[in-house]
Amino acid sequence: MRSLLRNTLPAVIAGVAGVVMIGAFFVPVAKPLQQLAEVWFTILAAMAFLIGGTNLFLHHAKKVAQLQAGWGFSAVTLTAFVGTVVVGLLKWGVPPAEKYPNVAWSGSYQEEGSVLWWLYEYVMNPVIATMFSLLAFYVASAAYRAFRAKNTEAILLLGTAFIVLLGRTYAGTLLTSWVPDAYGALTFPGMTDSVIMAVFTTAGQRAIMIGIALGIAAISLRIILGLDRSYLGVDE
Amino acid sequence: MATLAAVIASLLLAPTLAYAAENAPDAAALWFDWSRAWFAAILVLVCGAVIVCTEMAKHGWSTYVRPIAGLAAIDDAVGRATEMGRPILFVPGIMDLDQIETVAGLTVLAHVGEKAAQYDTALEVPTARSLVMTAAREGLQGAYLAAGRPEGFNEERVYYVTDDQFGYVAYTCGWMAREKPAACFYLGKFFAESLLFAETGNSIGAIQLAGTAEPAQLPFFVAACDYTLIGEELFAASAYLSGEPQQLGTLKGQDFGKLLAGGLLVIGCVLATLSAMSPGNETLRRSFSYFTHVILGKGE
Repeated sequence: MRSLLRNTLPAVIAGVAGVVMIGAFFVPVAKPLQQLAEVWFTILAAMAFLIGGTNLFLHHAKKVAQLQAGWGFSAVTLTAFVGTVVVGLLKWGVPPAEKYPNVAWSGSYQEEGSVLWWLYEYVMNPVIATMFSLLAFYVASAAYRAFRAKNTEAILLLGTAFIVLLGRTYAGTLLTSWVPDAYGALTFPGMTDSVIMAVFTTAGQRAIMIGIALGIAAISLRIILGLDRSYLGVDE
Repeated sequence: MATLAAVIASLLLAPTLAYAAENAPDAAALWFDWSRAWFAAILVLVCGAVIVCTEMAKHGWSTYVRPIAGLAAIDDAVGRATEMGRPILFVPGIMDLDQIETVAGLTVLAHVGEKAAQYDTALEVPTARSLVMTAAREGLQGAYLAAGRPEGFNEERVYYVTDDQFGYVAYTCGWMAREKPAACFYLGKFFAESLLFAETGNSIGAIQLAGTAEPAQLPFFVAACDYTLIGEELFAASAYLSGEPQQLGTLKGQDFGKLLAGGLLVIGCVLATLSAMSPGNETLRRSFSYFTHVILGKGE
Protein backbone atom coordinates (compact mmCIF):
# COMPACT_ATOMS: atom_id res chain seq x y z
CA MET A 1 0.00 0.00 0.00
CA ARG A 2 2.85 2.39 0.94
CA SER A 3 4.59 1.60 -2.35
CA LEU A 4 1.35 2.22 -4.25
CA LEU A 5 0.90 5.63 -2.64
CA ARG A 6 4.57 6.68 -2.79
CA ASN A 7 5.64 5.27 -6.13
CA THR A 8 2.91 4.02 -8.43
CA LEU A 9 0.12 6.56 -7.88
CA PRO A 10 2.28 9.71 -8.37
CA ALA A 11 3.80 8.19 -11.55
CA VAL A 12 0.32 7.34 -12.87
CA ILE A 13 -0.97 10.85 -12.07
CA ALA A 14 2.06 12.39 -13.81
CA GLY A 15 1.53 10.12 -16.85
CA VAL A 16 -2.20 10.81 -17.14
CA ALA A 17 -1.72 14.58 -16.67
CA GLY A 18 1.02 14.55 -19.33
CA VAL A 19 -1.14 12.68 -21.85
CA VAL A 20 -4.08 15.03 -21.18
CA MET A 21 -1.93 18.15 -21.70
CA ILE A 22 -0.48 16.84 -24.98
CA GLY A 23 -3.86 15.53 -26.17
CA ALA A 24 -5.64 18.81 -25.45
CA PHE A 25 -3.25 20.64 -27.78
CA PHE A 26 -4.46 18.58 -30.74
CA VAL A 27 -7.96 17.46 -29.67
CA PRO A 28 -10.23 20.43 -28.90
CA VAL A 29 -12.77 18.27 -27.10
CA ALA A 30 -10.11 17.45 -24.48
CA LYS A 31 -9.52 21.12 -23.63
CA PRO A 32 -11.82 21.04 -20.56
CA LEU A 33 -9.64 18.24 -19.16
CA GLN A 34 -6.58 20.43 -19.60
CA GLN A 35 -8.35 23.26 -17.78
CA LEU A 36 -9.36 20.80 -15.06
CA ALA A 37 -5.74 19.71 -14.62
CA GLU A 38 -4.66 23.35 -14.40
CA VAL A 39 -7.32 24.09 -11.79
CA TRP A 40 -6.18 21.09 -9.74
CA PHE A 41 -2.61 22.34 -9.92
CA THR A 42 -3.71 25.79 -8.71
CA ILE A 43 -5.62 24.22 -5.79
CA LEU A 44 -2.59 22.08 -4.92
CA ALA A 45 -0.26 25.09 -5.11
CA ALA A 46 -2.60 27.08 -2.82
CA MET A 47 -2.65 24.22 -0.30
CA ALA A 48 1.12 23.91 -0.55
CA PHE A 49 1.45 27.63 0.14
CA LEU A 50 -0.04 27.01 3.59
CA ILE A 51 2.57 24.30 4.11
CA GLY A 52 5.24 26.71 2.90
CA GLY A 53 4.09 29.50 5.21
CA THR A 54 3.99 27.12 8.18
CA ASN A 55 7.44 25.80 7.26
CA LEU A 56 8.83 29.32 7.02
CA PHE A 57 7.45 30.22 10.45
CA LEU A 58 8.64 27.04 12.17
CA HIS A 59 12.07 27.09 10.48
CA HIS A 60 12.86 30.60 11.67
CA ALA A 61 11.06 30.32 15.02
CA LYS A 62 13.25 27.32 15.88
CA LYS A 63 16.39 29.26 14.97
CA VAL A 64 15.35 32.15 17.20
CA ALA A 65 14.25 29.90 20.06
CA GLN A 66 17.54 27.97 20.04
CA LEU A 67 19.62 31.10 19.37
CA GLN A 68 21.30 29.35 16.45
CA ALA A 69 23.92 31.16 14.36
CA GLY A 70 22.23 33.95 12.40
CA TRP A 71 19.12 33.95 14.64
CA GLY A 72 18.93 37.73 14.28
CA PHE A 73 18.16 37.38 10.55
CA SER A 74 15.45 34.87 11.42
CA ALA A 75 13.97 37.29 13.96
CA VAL A 76 13.76 40.00 11.28
CA THR A 77 12.17 37.50 8.84
CA LEU A 78 9.61 36.39 11.44
CA THR A 79 8.73 39.96 12.37
CA ALA A 80 8.28 40.93 8.71
CA PHE A 81 6.29 37.77 7.93
CA VAL A 82 3.92 38.00 10.89
CA GLY A 83 3.58 41.78 10.57
CA THR A 84 2.69 41.61 6.86
CA VAL A 85 0.21 38.77 7.37
CA VAL A 86 -1.51 40.62 10.24
CA VAL A 87 -1.83 43.99 8.49
CA GLY A 88 -2.98 42.22 5.32
CA LEU A 89 -5.59 40.04 7.02
CA LEU A 90 -6.90 42.85 9.24
CA LYS A 91 -6.88 45.27 6.28
CA TRP A 92 -5.15 47.81 8.49
CA GLY A 93 -5.71 51.34 7.26
CA VAL A 94 -7.97 50.26 4.39
CA PRO A 95 -10.79 52.76 3.90
CA PRO A 96 -14.28 51.27 3.31
CA ALA A 97 -15.29 50.74 -0.31
CA GLU A 98 -17.37 53.52 -1.86
CA LYS A 99 -20.21 51.07 -2.43
CA TYR A 100 -20.34 50.04 1.24
CA PRO A 101 -19.19 53.10 3.24
CA ASN A 102 -20.51 51.73 6.54
CA VAL A 103 -18.75 48.36 6.31
CA ALA A 104 -15.27 48.70 7.81
CA TRP A 105 -13.56 45.86 5.92
CA SER A 106 -15.24 46.34 2.55
CA GLY A 107 -12.23 48.00 0.84
CA SER A 108 -9.56 46.09 -1.05
CA TYR A 109 -6.53 45.05 1.00
CA GLN A 110 -4.35 46.59 -1.72
CA GLU A 111 -6.06 49.98 -1.42
CA GLU A 112 -3.70 52.93 -1.75
CA GLY A 113 -2.89 54.37 1.65
CA SER A 114 -3.34 51.10 3.55
CA VAL A 115 -0.52 49.77 5.71
CA LEU A 116 -0.02 46.79 3.38
CA TRP A 117 0.21 49.13 0.39
CA TRP A 118 2.67 51.31 2.32
CA LEU A 119 4.80 48.27 3.20
CA TYR A 120 4.89 47.18 -0.43
CA GLU A 121 5.52 50.63 -1.82
CA TYR A 122 8.13 51.88 0.67
CA VAL A 123 9.78 48.70 1.96
CA MET A 124 9.35 45.86 -0.53
CA ASN A 125 9.86 47.83 -3.74
CA PRO A 126 13.08 49.62 -2.66
CA VAL A 127 14.53 46.34 -1.34
CA ILE A 128 13.74 44.54 -4.61
CA ALA A 129 15.24 47.43 -6.59
CA THR A 130 18.39 47.27 -4.44
CA MET A 131 18.85 43.55 -5.09
CA PHE A 132 18.23 44.04 -8.80
CA SER A 133 20.74 46.90 -8.91
CA LEU A 134 23.48 44.57 -7.69
CA LEU A 135 23.30 42.99 -11.14
CA ALA A 136 25.14 45.94 -12.64
CA PHE A 137 28.21 45.25 -10.49
CA TYR A 138 28.00 41.50 -10.96
CA VAL A 139 27.74 41.86 -14.75
CA ALA A 140 30.93 43.93 -14.67
CA SER A 141 32.87 41.41 -12.56
CA ALA A 142 31.62 38.43 -14.60
CA ALA A 143 32.46 40.19 -17.87
CA TYR A 144 35.95 41.01 -16.60
CA ARG A 145 36.65 37.33 -15.99
CA ALA A 146 34.95 36.09 -19.17
CA PHE A 147 36.71 38.54 -21.48
CA ARG A 148 40.29 38.03 -20.32
CA ALA A 149 42.20 37.26 -23.52
CA LYS A 150 43.81 34.00 -22.37
CA ASN A 151 43.23 31.91 -25.53
CA THR A 152 41.90 32.20 -29.08
CA GLU A 153 38.25 31.66 -28.10
CA ALA A 154 38.52 34.28 -25.35
CA ILE A 155 40.08 36.76 -27.79
CA LEU A 156 37.20 36.22 -30.24
CA LEU A 157 34.73 36.67 -27.40
CA LEU A 158 36.47 39.84 -26.27
CA GLY A 159 36.47 41.27 -29.83
CA THR A 160 32.78 40.47 -30.30
CA ALA A 161 31.88 41.94 -26.92
CA PHE A 162 33.83 45.10 -27.77
CA ILE A 163 31.89 45.56 -31.02
CA VAL A 164 28.51 44.89 -29.34
CA LEU A 165 29.36 47.24 -26.48
CA LEU A 166 30.17 50.02 -28.93
CA GLY A 167 27.24 49.12 -31.17
CA ARG A 168 24.79 49.47 -28.30
CA THR A 169 26.10 52.85 -27.10
CA TYR A 170 26.30 56.33 -28.58
CA ALA A 171 30.09 56.07 -28.71
CA GLY A 172 29.85 53.41 -31.45
CA THR A 173 27.48 55.53 -33.52
CA LEU A 174 29.73 58.56 -33.11
CA LEU A 175 32.96 56.71 -33.96
CA THR A 176 31.60 55.32 -37.25
CA SER A 177 29.34 58.24 -38.24
CA TRP A 178 31.66 59.01 -41.17
CA VAL A 179 30.89 55.66 -42.89
CA PRO A 180 28.57 56.20 -45.91
CA ASP A 181 25.00 54.89 -45.54
CA ALA A 182 25.62 52.34 -48.33
CA TYR A 183 28.15 50.64 -46.03
CA GLY A 184 25.96 50.84 -42.93
CA ALA A 185 26.71 47.21 -42.07
CA LEU A 186 30.34 48.21 -41.41
CA THR A 187 29.44 50.64 -38.60
CA PHE A 188 29.48 49.42 -35.00
CA PRO A 189 25.65 49.51 -34.71
CA GLY A 190 25.36 47.86 -38.15
CA MET A 191 27.80 45.07 -37.29
CA THR A 192 26.01 44.53 -34.00
CA ASP A 193 22.47 44.40 -35.37
CA SER A 194 22.88 42.95 -38.88
CA VAL A 195 25.76 40.56 -38.33
CA ILE A 196 26.41 39.56 -34.73
CA MET A 197 22.85 39.64 -33.32
CA ALA A 198 20.94 38.69 -36.48
CA VAL A 199 23.28 35.93 -37.71
CA PHE A 200 25.64 34.48 -35.10
CA THR A 201 23.54 35.02 -31.96
CA THR A 202 20.29 33.98 -33.61
CA ALA A 203 21.86 30.87 -35.14
CA GLY A 204 23.42 29.86 -31.82
CA GLN A 205 20.24 30.52 -29.85
CA ARG A 206 18.09 28.59 -32.31
CA ALA A 207 20.42 25.61 -32.15
CA ILE A 208 20.11 25.67 -28.36
CA MET A 209 16.32 26.07 -28.61
CA ILE A 210 16.00 23.05 -30.92
CA GLY A 211 18.07 20.99 -28.47
CA ILE A 212 15.92 22.22 -25.57
CA ALA A 213 12.68 21.34 -27.39
CA LEU A 214 13.92 17.82 -28.12
CA GLY A 215 15.22 17.48 -24.57
CA ILE A 216 11.83 18.51 -23.18
CA ALA A 217 10.10 15.96 -25.44
CA ALA A 218 12.45 13.19 -24.27
CA ILE A 219 12.26 13.94 -20.54
CA SER A 220 8.47 14.35 -20.79
CA LEU A 221 8.21 10.94 -22.42
CA ARG A 222 10.44 9.40 -19.74
CA ILE A 223 8.16 10.83 -17.04
CA ILE A 224 4.90 9.98 -18.82
CA LEU A 225 6.05 6.41 -19.47
CA GLY A 226 7.33 6.12 -15.90
CA LEU A 227 10.90 5.39 -17.01
CA ASP A 228 12.30 8.24 -14.93
CA ARG A 229 11.00 8.40 -11.38
CA SER A 230 14.04 9.91 -9.74
CA TYR A 231 12.06 13.10 -9.03
CA LEU A 232 9.93 10.94 -6.73
CA GLY A 233 13.02 9.53 -5.07
CA VAL A 234 12.30 6.00 -6.30
CA ASP A 235 14.90 5.66 -9.01
CA GLU A 236 16.56 2.63 -7.54
CA MET B 1 -13.69 0.16 -6.08
CA ALA B 2 -16.13 0.15 -9.01
CA THR B 3 -17.93 3.15 -7.52
CA LEU B 4 -14.63 5.01 -7.16
CA ALA B 5 -13.74 4.24 -10.78
CA ALA B 6 -17.18 5.44 -11.89
CA VAL B 7 -16.79 8.69 -9.91
CA ILE B 8 -13.34 9.34 -11.42
CA ALA B 9 -14.58 8.52 -14.94
CA SER B 10 -17.58 10.82 -14.58
CA LEU B 11 -15.35 13.55 -13.16
CA LEU B 12 -13.10 13.33 -16.19
CA LEU B 13 -15.78 12.75 -18.81
CA ALA B 14 -18.38 15.27 -17.62
CA PRO B 15 -16.52 18.43 -18.72
CA THR B 16 -15.51 16.81 -22.02
CA LEU B 17 -19.09 15.78 -22.84
CA ALA B 18 -20.39 19.20 -21.84
CA TYR B 19 -17.85 20.85 -24.15
CA ALA B 20 -18.79 18.45 -26.98
CA ALA B 21 -22.48 19.23 -26.50
CA GLU B 22 -21.84 22.99 -26.56
CA ASN B 23 -19.86 22.75 -29.78
CA ALA B 24 -21.98 20.08 -31.48
CA PRO B 25 -22.37 22.00 -34.79
CA ASP B 26 -18.59 21.72 -35.37
CA ALA B 27 -18.47 18.02 -34.50
CA ALA B 28 -15.76 17.20 -37.06
CA ALA B 29 -13.42 19.87 -35.75
CA LEU B 30 -13.93 18.72 -32.17
CA TRP B 31 -11.91 15.54 -32.47
CA PHE B 32 -8.79 16.85 -34.16
CA ASP B 33 -7.38 20.29 -34.87
CA TRP B 34 -6.30 19.75 -38.49
CA SER B 35 -4.36 23.00 -38.58
CA ARG B 36 -1.89 21.27 -36.23
CA ALA B 37 -1.64 18.06 -38.28
CA TRP B 38 1.99 18.63 -39.34
CA PHE B 39 2.97 19.49 -35.81
CA ALA B 40 1.32 16.24 -34.66
CA ALA B 41 3.16 14.29 -37.36
CA ILE B 42 6.55 15.70 -36.29
CA LEU B 43 5.71 15.01 -32.63
CA VAL B 44 4.75 11.41 -33.44
CA LEU B 45 7.98 10.93 -35.42
CA VAL B 46 10.22 12.28 -32.65
CA CYS B 47 8.36 10.55 -29.80
CA GLY B 48 8.17 7.37 -31.87
CA ALA B 49 11.94 7.44 -32.38
CA VAL B 50 12.47 7.95 -28.65
CA ILE B 51 10.20 4.98 -27.82
CA VAL B 52 11.80 2.74 -30.50
CA CYS B 53 15.31 3.56 -29.19
CA THR B 54 14.16 2.87 -25.64
CA GLU B 55 12.81 -0.53 -26.66
CA MET B 56 15.98 -1.34 -28.60
CA ALA B 57 18.10 -0.39 -25.61
CA LYS B 58 15.91 -2.60 -23.43
CA HIS B 59 16.74 -5.51 -25.74
CA GLY B 60 20.48 -5.04 -25.50
CA TRP B 61 21.28 -2.37 -28.12
CA SER B 62 24.39 -0.62 -26.85
CA THR B 63 24.28 3.16 -26.79
CA TYR B 64 27.16 5.59 -26.64
CA VAL B 65 26.46 8.89 -24.96
CA ARG B 66 29.18 11.53 -25.12
CA PRO B 67 30.66 12.40 -21.72
CA ILE B 68 29.09 15.48 -20.18
CA ALA B 69 31.79 17.19 -18.13
CA GLY B 70 29.34 18.96 -15.83
CA LEU B 71 27.62 15.75 -14.79
CA ALA B 72 30.89 13.90 -14.37
CA ALA B 73 31.93 16.69 -11.99
CA ILE B 74 29.06 16.06 -9.55
CA ASP B 75 31.05 13.41 -7.66
CA ASP B 76 34.09 15.71 -7.51
CA ALA B 77 31.99 18.59 -6.20
CA VAL B 78 30.38 16.47 -3.49
CA GLY B 79 33.78 14.95 -2.64
CA ARG B 80 35.33 18.41 -2.36
CA ALA B 81 32.61 19.54 0.04
CA THR B 82 33.20 16.41 2.11
CA GLU B 83 36.95 16.99 2.30
CA MET B 84 36.47 20.63 3.27
CA GLY B 85 33.77 19.78 5.81
CA ARG B 86 31.43 22.33 4.32
CA PRO B 87 27.82 21.98 3.14
CA ILE B 88 26.50 21.68 -0.41
CA LEU B 89 23.91 24.10 -1.76
CA PHE B 90 21.29 23.01 -4.28
CA VAL B 91 19.00 25.61 -5.87
CA PRO B 92 16.20 24.01 -7.96
CA GLY B 93 15.32 27.24 -9.79
CA ILE B 94 12.69 29.77 -8.81
CA MET B 95 9.65 28.36 -10.60
CA ASP B 96 7.02 25.81 -9.65
CA LEU B 97 6.63 22.12 -10.50
CA ASP B 98 4.61 22.92 -13.63
CA GLN B 99 7.91 23.91 -15.29
CA ILE B 100 9.81 21.00 -16.79
CA GLU B 101 13.18 22.57 -15.89
CA THR B 102 12.20 22.38 -12.21
CA VAL B 103 11.37 18.68 -12.59
CA ALA B 104 14.69 18.13 -14.41
CA GLY B 105 16.47 19.93 -11.56
CA LEU B 106 14.78 17.70 -8.99
CA THR B 107 15.87 14.56 -10.86
CA VAL B 108 19.49 15.72 -10.51
CA LEU B 109 18.86 16.64 -6.86
CA ALA B 110 18.03 12.99 -6.17
CA HIS B 111 21.44 11.95 -7.55
CA VAL B 112 23.30 14.69 -5.69
CA GLY B 113 21.40 13.68 -2.54
CA GLU B 114 22.46 10.08 -2.95
CA LYS B 115 26.12 11.09 -3.24
CA ALA B 116 25.79 13.47 -0.28
CA ALA B 117 24.24 10.64 1.73
CA GLN B 118 27.10 8.28 0.83
CA TYR B 119 29.71 10.86 1.86
CA ASP B 120 27.68 12.07 4.86
CA THR B 121 27.80 15.69 3.72
CA ALA B 122 25.16 18.28 4.58
CA LEU B 123 22.95 19.27 1.65
CA GLU B 124 20.99 22.54 1.89
CA VAL B 125 17.98 23.04 -0.41
CA PRO B 126 16.19 26.39 -0.03
CA THR B 127 13.18 26.55 -2.36
CA ALA B 128 11.14 29.38 -3.81
CA ARG B 129 7.93 27.34 -4.10
CA SER B 130 6.12 25.26 -1.49
CA LEU B 131 5.33 22.43 -3.91
CA VAL B 132 8.98 22.22 -4.92
CA MET B 133 9.89 21.94 -1.24
CA THR B 134 7.56 18.99 -0.70
CA ALA B 135 8.72 17.29 -3.91
CA ALA B 136 12.39 17.87 -3.03
CA ARG B 137 11.85 16.39 0.44
CA GLU B 138 10.21 13.29 -1.03
CA GLY B 139 12.95 12.90 -3.63
CA LEU B 140 15.78 13.35 -1.13
CA GLN B 141 14.22 11.00 1.39
CA GLY B 142 14.14 8.33 -1.32
CA ALA B 143 17.73 9.13 -2.30
CA TYR B 144 19.00 8.77 1.27
CA LEU B 145 17.08 5.51 1.55
CA ALA B 146 18.63 4.27 -1.71
CA ALA B 147 22.08 5.18 -0.39
CA GLY B 148 21.42 3.05 2.68
CA ARG B 149 21.47 6.04 5.05
CA PRO B 150 17.83 6.96 5.71
CA GLU B 151 18.77 8.29 9.15
CA GLY B 152 21.04 10.88 7.50
CA PHE B 153 18.12 12.70 5.88
CA ASN B 154 17.26 15.93 7.65
CA GLU B 155 14.10 17.46 6.22
CA GLU B 156 14.81 20.75 7.98
CA ARG B 157 17.55 21.35 5.42
CA VAL B 158 14.92 21.43 2.64
CA TYR B 159 12.76 24.44 3.34
CA TYR B 160 10.64 27.16 1.80
CA VAL B 161 12.00 30.70 1.69
CA THR B 162 9.68 32.93 -0.34
CA ASP B 163 7.97 33.10 -3.72
CA ASP B 164 9.49 36.50 -4.34
CA GLN B 165 12.38 36.33 -6.82
CA PHE B 166 14.75 38.80 -5.17
CA GLY B 167 13.67 37.93 -1.64
CA TYR B 168 14.77 34.37 -2.42
CA VAL B 169 18.04 35.63 -3.88
CA ALA B 170 18.69 37.82 -0.83
CA TYR B 171 18.20 34.89 1.55
CA THR B 172 20.18 32.36 -0.48
CA CYS B 173 23.10 34.68 -1.21
CA GLY B 174 23.18 35.72 2.45
CA TRP B 175 23.29 32.06 3.49
CA MET B 176 26.10 31.45 0.99
CA ALA B 177 28.13 34.36 2.32
CA ARG B 178 27.72 33.15 5.93
CA GLU B 179 28.01 29.37 5.55
CA LYS B 180 30.41 29.31 2.59
CA PRO B 181 29.26 26.06 0.92
CA ALA B 182 32.03 24.22 -0.93
CA ALA B 183 29.79 23.19 -3.84
CA CYS B 184 26.81 25.00 -5.34
CA PHE B 185 24.33 23.48 -7.80
CA TYR B 186 21.89 25.68 -9.70
CA LEU B 187 19.65 23.45 -11.80
CA GLY B 188 16.20 24.57 -12.89
CA LYS B 189 14.51 27.64 -14.30
CA PHE B 190 16.32 30.90 -13.66
CA PHE B 191 15.90 34.50 -14.69
CA ALA B 192 17.76 37.65 -13.61
CA GLU B 193 18.87 36.02 -10.35
CA SER B 194 21.17 33.58 -12.16
CA LEU B 195 24.15 35.94 -12.13
CA LEU B 196 23.53 37.00 -8.52
CA PHE B 197 23.76 33.36 -7.41
CA ALA B 198 26.71 32.50 -9.63
CA GLU B 199 28.79 35.55 -8.73
CA THR B 200 28.15 35.11 -5.00
CA GLY B 201 29.20 31.46 -5.32
CA ASN B 202 32.28 32.53 -7.24
CA SER B 203 33.21 35.09 -4.60
CA ILE B 204 33.23 32.44 -1.84
CA GLY B 205 35.33 30.07 -3.96
CA ALA B 206 32.71 27.32 -4.31
CA ILE B 207 32.84 24.81 -7.15
CA GLN B 208 29.72 25.61 -9.15
CA LEU B 209 27.56 23.58 -11.50
CA ALA B 210 24.63 25.23 -13.25
CA GLY B 211 22.04 24.19 -15.78
CA THR B 212 19.04 25.89 -17.30
CA ALA B 213 16.99 25.96 -20.47
CA GLU B 214 16.70 29.75 -20.47
CA PRO B 215 19.01 30.83 -23.33
CA ALA B 216 19.25 34.38 -21.97
CA GLN B 217 20.70 33.14 -18.65
CA LEU B 218 23.20 30.67 -20.08
CA PRO B 219 25.95 33.26 -20.75
CA PHE B 220 25.85 34.36 -17.11
CA PHE B 221 26.23 30.81 -15.87
CA VAL B 222 28.98 30.07 -18.40
CA ALA B 223 30.88 33.18 -17.29
CA ALA B 224 30.63 32.58 -13.55
CA CYS B 225 30.32 28.80 -13.01
CA ASP B 226 32.82 25.97 -13.38
CA TYR B 227 30.43 23.76 -15.34
CA THR B 228 27.23 24.61 -17.18
CA LEU B 229 24.63 22.22 -18.55
CA ILE B 230 23.42 23.94 -21.69
CA GLY B 231 19.75 23.41 -22.53
CA GLU B 232 19.26 19.79 -23.52
CA GLU B 233 22.09 18.62 -21.25
CA LEU B 234 19.95 19.55 -18.25
CA PHE B 235 17.15 17.32 -19.52
CA ALA B 236 19.58 14.52 -20.34
CA ALA B 237 21.12 14.67 -16.86
CA SER B 238 18.88 12.20 -15.06
CA ALA B 239 19.17 9.64 -17.88
CA TYR B 240 22.95 10.12 -18.05
CA LEU B 241 23.39 9.81 -14.30
CA SER B 242 21.11 6.79 -13.97
CA GLY B 243 23.16 4.88 -16.58
CA GLU B 244 20.08 2.73 -17.34
CA PRO B 245 20.06 1.54 -20.97
CA GLN B 246 16.35 2.37 -21.32
CA GLN B 247 16.85 5.98 -20.24
CA LEU B 248 20.00 6.34 -22.33
CA GLY B 249 17.98 5.05 -25.28
CA THR B 250 15.76 8.13 -25.07
CA LEU B 251 18.84 10.28 -25.67
CA LYS B 252 19.47 8.35 -28.89
CA GLY B 253 15.87 9.03 -29.88
CA GLN B 254 16.60 12.73 -29.47
CA ASP B 255 19.36 12.37 -32.05
CA PHE B 256 16.74 11.33 -34.61
CA GLY B 257 14.90 14.55 -33.76
CA LYS B 258 18.09 16.49 -34.45
CA LEU B 259 18.46 14.77 -37.82
CA LEU B 260 14.86 15.66 -38.63
CA ALA B 261 15.43 19.28 -37.55
CA GLY B 262 18.60 19.40 -39.67
CA GLY B 263 16.73 18.04 -42.71
CA LEU B 264 13.93 20.59 -42.27
CA LEU B 265 16.52 23.37 -41.93
CA VAL B 266 18.17 22.36 -45.21
CA ILE B 267 14.81 22.20 -47.02
CA GLY B 268 13.86 25.60 -45.59
CA CYS B 269 17.18 27.16 -46.63
CA VAL B 270 16.92 25.75 -50.17
CA LEU B 271 13.32 26.93 -50.56
CA ALA B 272 14.10 30.39 -49.15
CA THR B 273 17.14 30.77 -51.42
CA LEU B 274 15.33 29.60 -54.58
CA SER B 275 12.33 31.74 -53.72
CA ALA B 276 14.54 34.82 -53.31
CA MET B 277 16.44 34.07 -56.54
CA SER B 278 13.22 33.69 -58.58
CA PRO B 279 10.89 36.44 -57.37
CA GLY B 280 8.38 35.78 -60.15
CA ASN B 281 8.02 32.07 -59.46
CA GLU B 282 4.64 31.74 -57.72
CA THR B 283 5.03 27.98 -57.06
CA LEU B 284 8.28 28.48 -55.16
CA ARG B 285 6.83 31.38 -53.17
CA ARG B 286 3.77 29.32 -52.21
CA SER B 287 5.90 26.28 -51.35
CA PHE B 288 8.09 28.37 -49.05
CA SER B 289 5.05 29.99 -47.45
CA TYR B 290 3.39 26.57 -46.91
CA PHE B 291 6.62 25.21 -45.44
CA THR B 292 7.12 28.04 -42.95
CA HIS B 293 3.50 28.73 -42.01
CA VAL B 294 1.82 25.33 -42.20
CA ILE B 295 4.49 22.63 -41.77
CA LEU B 296 6.65 24.51 -39.27
CA GLY B 297 3.85 26.69 -37.86
CA LYS B 298 1.81 25.70 -34.85
CA GLY B 299 -1.43 26.16 -36.74
CA GLU B 300 -2.46 29.18 -34.68
